[in-house]
Amino acid sequence: MEFAAGAELPELTVTPDKYLTVRYAGASGDFNPIHVDDEFARAVGLPGRILHGLFSMALVARAHTEAAGGPAALKRLSVEFRGMGLPEQEITVSGTVASVEEGVAIVRAEAVQGPNAIIHNAEAELQL
Amino acid sequence: MGFSTDAVGKTYPPLTYAVGREKIREYALAVGETNPLHLDVAAARTAGYADVVAPPMFAVVYAAPAIGPAIFDPAVGLDFGLMVHGAQELAWGPLVVAGDEVTTTVSVERIEERESMGFFVFASVSVNQDGDTVCVGTWTNVVRGI
Repeated sequence: MEFAAGAELPELTVTPDKYLTVRYAGASGDFNPIHVDDEFARAVGLPGRILHGLFSMALVARAHTEAAGGPAALKRLSVEFRGMGLPEQEITVSGTVASVEEGVAIVRAEAVQGPNAIIHNAEAELQL
Repeated sequence: MGFSTDAVGKTYPPLTYAVGREKIREYALAVGETNPLHLDVAAARTAGYADVVAPPMFAVVYAAPAIGPAIFDPAVGLDFGLMVHGAQELAWGPLVVAGDEVTTTVSVERIEERESMGFFVFASVSVNQDGDTVCVGTWTNVVRGI
């Protein structure tokens, strides 16, 4: 993509399958039962097992590295976690270039699932 | 105030994580990466890397063993059952590749109460075997109903 202030990041849409949280738990080492055990998750008031926030953040990171040509471009990413992500529902990552100065782009982004912004106030710094 | 801030400034012993090729692939597939740099040794070598390249967010894998002891430290007093991950910031240096050994040091940056919520902020610094800082992290955990 052409990085200029106001340009939009190509949208990334992902629908995590039913067992994604189990695979991500294994891949990341985070086996908190709210992510892998429906019964436990319901017992603590959740609708069922929820996505790992850092998985959703990884989708935001991927939207940026794919747009900027690879993993070396991403120099910084900050996010706020909001609400909760669920398996089997589509997530859309979108972003807008806030500024480009001396080969460094700042992008503001979010990840939305249905009515919920599950990643809020994301800001990425990309080395172009 | 329902908790102690005595642990602010506390630093935990560094922990070293050996980055494996199949672990990178497992992680990359779990988060849906399709870039061959993360999956294909030949593609990574053609691009000038020694082995498959870790996606930037793989930082949470090599830093996690060092973060755990801080989060569970009784001196920090974080109620794990009431904790949610509030915010995360990561800043990256050179890319990590399979075969690297990454050493992470974690400290307690800040503990504070705002609007009946406790904010527990941890800082991590991850350095590779050559002494390059590959990732600096700020991990914000929030406990409600303090």
